[in-house]
Amino acid sequence: MPKTKSTERLSPMTTTVDTAEIAKFEAMAAEWWDPNGKFKPLHMLNPCRLDYITRQIAAEFDRDLDAPKPFDGLRILDIGCGGGLLSEPMARLGADVVGADAAERNIPVAQVHADQSGLQIDYRHTTAEALAAAGEQFDAVLNMEVVEHVADPLAYLTACADLLKPGGLMTCSTINRNPKSFVVAILGAEYVMRWLPKGTHEWSKFITPDELFDLLSKAGLEPVDRKGFVFNPVAWSWSLSDRDLTVNYVTTSLKPA
Amino acid sequence: MDNVGIMRIFSCMKNRYDIAIVGGGLNGCALALALASGGFTVALIEAHKTQGSAKTQFDGRSYALALASTRLLSVIGIWDQIAEHAQPMLEIKVTDGRPGEGPSPFWMHFDHAELEEGPMGYMIEDRHLRDAFLAAISNQPNITHFTGAPVIGQKGLGGAVEVEIEGEETVNASLLVGCDGRKSGTAQRAGITRSFKDYGQTALVAAIGHEKPHGGIAHQFFLPAGPLAILPLTGNRSSIVWAESHDRAAEISALPDEGFIEALQPAFGDFLGALSVAGARFSYPLNQTLADQLTADRLALIGDAAHGIHPIAGQGLNQGLRDGAALSEVLVDAKRRGEDIGAAPVLDRYADWRSFDRTTLALATDTFNSMFSNDNPLMRLGRDIGMGLVNAVPGLRRGFMREAAGLTGDVPRLLRGQPL
Repeated sequence: MPKTKSTERLSPMTTTVDTAEIAKFEAMAAEWWDPNGKFKPLHMLNPCRLDYITRQIAAEFDRDLDAPKPFDGLRILDIGCGGGLLSEPMARLGADVVGADAAERNIPVAQVHADQSGLQIDYRHTTAEALAAAGEQFDAVLNMEVVEHVADPLAYLTACADLLKPGGLMTCSTINRNPKSFVVAILGAEYVMRWLPKGTHEWSKFITPDELFDLLSKAGLEPVDRKGFVFNPVAWSWSLSDRDLTVNYVTTSLKPA
Repeated sequence: MDNVGIMRIFSCMKNRYDIAIVGGGLNGCALALALASGGFTVALIEAHKTQGSAKTQFDGRSYALALASTRLLSVIGIWDQIAEHAQPMLEIKVTDGRPGEGPSPFWMHFDHAELEEGPMGYMIEDRHLRDAFLAAISNQPNITHFTGAPVIGQKGLGGAVEVEIEGEETVNASLLVGCDGRKSGTAQRAGITRSFKDYGQTALVAAIGHEKPHGGIAHQFFLPAGPLAILPLTGNRSSIVWAESHDRAAEISALPDEGFIEALQPAFGDFLGALSVAGARFSYPLNQTLADQLTADRLALIGDAAHGIHPIAGQGLNQGLRDGAALSEVLVDAKRRGEDIGAAPVLDRYADWRSFDRTTLALATDTFNSMFSNDNPLMRLGRDIGMGLVNAVPGLRRGFMREAAGLTGDVPRLLRGQPL
């Protein structure tokens, strides 16, 4: 059987990037993927996000999540991929994944981790707008926790809509704007629990579900579903809710065929 | 980018499985079948040569299966094969007694008629359970069964773990599960330390034939030296678990069968008539050994490898099956989401789910044993009042029964009789 040492399975980027850089990327990848580290809140939310995304895609494209490689043949874009917390699961389910991030340093970090996991993912330092301009097309676009950070949400969502093939699906999550979301998402998460660095979010950029549905429609999509991500402090975990969209929530919209 | 080369290494790895299970005992077999039913490929590695004979002779070993455990066995296709050999436990009588003196007036009586779900559990002989497991495993294409050679090494390999079997090729998996008992080598090799406690007692285990029918009633006598459990088997037979001090147990073990019965008689009493030994006799030193962690890098522990407890409440196998049910549920949910099943966030979910249960059970069996294994008059009065109280209050009584049947807490899907 092939004996492979871990050093031999490093990213092939060893040819263009020096070893100290690789070590740095590996350390950063370890940080991204440490469930109790800096990105703990994202790791806690991740199963819930993935439950939603996988079920929406499986329903829309008629796939069985118990089958091996259920997303085989689907081309999926993960916008704001970070360390690849959503890209890797999609690739593991068989999808052909492009992970895009506007932060350049995330790209080699995500790549190193995908290589360690034996997954083939096309990570790119780019934006939704640039991908749309290049004429890229996807069956599904994962647009999670990004829209509250962009300067012009409508222009951004229009670019995302352009990236979808007719009949394609986009999941889009963000944070609602109301007094409770200010207390929970900003005071709670940034100042009390210190889950996120202070200044991560600006409350005025939060979007209500009705506003988001309106923006998605203007961008040329048909919004079809919305659910809340609700944190239960007793179970210390997140779950999906049909009713409670007061803080974190997620939507699905389709591009007319 | 040479990603394609890397992909090739991963997908062409010979002996690549989703999960490698070390230890092919009852818990390992049940876990393998549960995981295979969830679509995972499994390497089940057992150090001993497995006896596959369907006509194995009764060797005296048997288990109490809680109702919830029988539901899990139904889902993985085992219960139908063994149900005809299982003896339902219809009632449980708990008595505080001194040998030769008969039971104290205070006792607890649990009757399944009070429980809508049915009998609290069943007694099943080891041979029937084992044969059914082995047959099911050989018919399950997702399981590869390695027997007759021990695991001698394990190491992390990026996104996988490599397991070295003596004299065999290595096996690669995304996750390694240690089901290799109280002295788990898997846990040791991962550097997981254990907390150990000796109870100063040895359990004598045997199947006893008796003149009169047991009526499906299980008895637990609390004797000063330790508890004696009498658990109904099919026919006019019962299984006994009899705890004595190490020295006394060694004396009794050395006796021939007639001497053994003579020694047992005063503790057992004569309510079932004349007694005889109906199979081999075993003895196990009683101790509690808890692994300090349930998980490590690409590793999870279940059953006795995770927590070997006092057999006082007959919960050892049931607890292991519950571990397996929780672990397989966590893993199949992770697989459906596309998560890496061996990654820390996934394994943490299993550890979080099981740690509450295991702490309470270890503490409860421990406290129960020390409260009941003595003849201090004050302790005796205290426990007698306690038992009288439990017995007098129907709600408390039902609570105990539901707990014994495994119906309480955050119950995994398999233990509710649902598929993964």
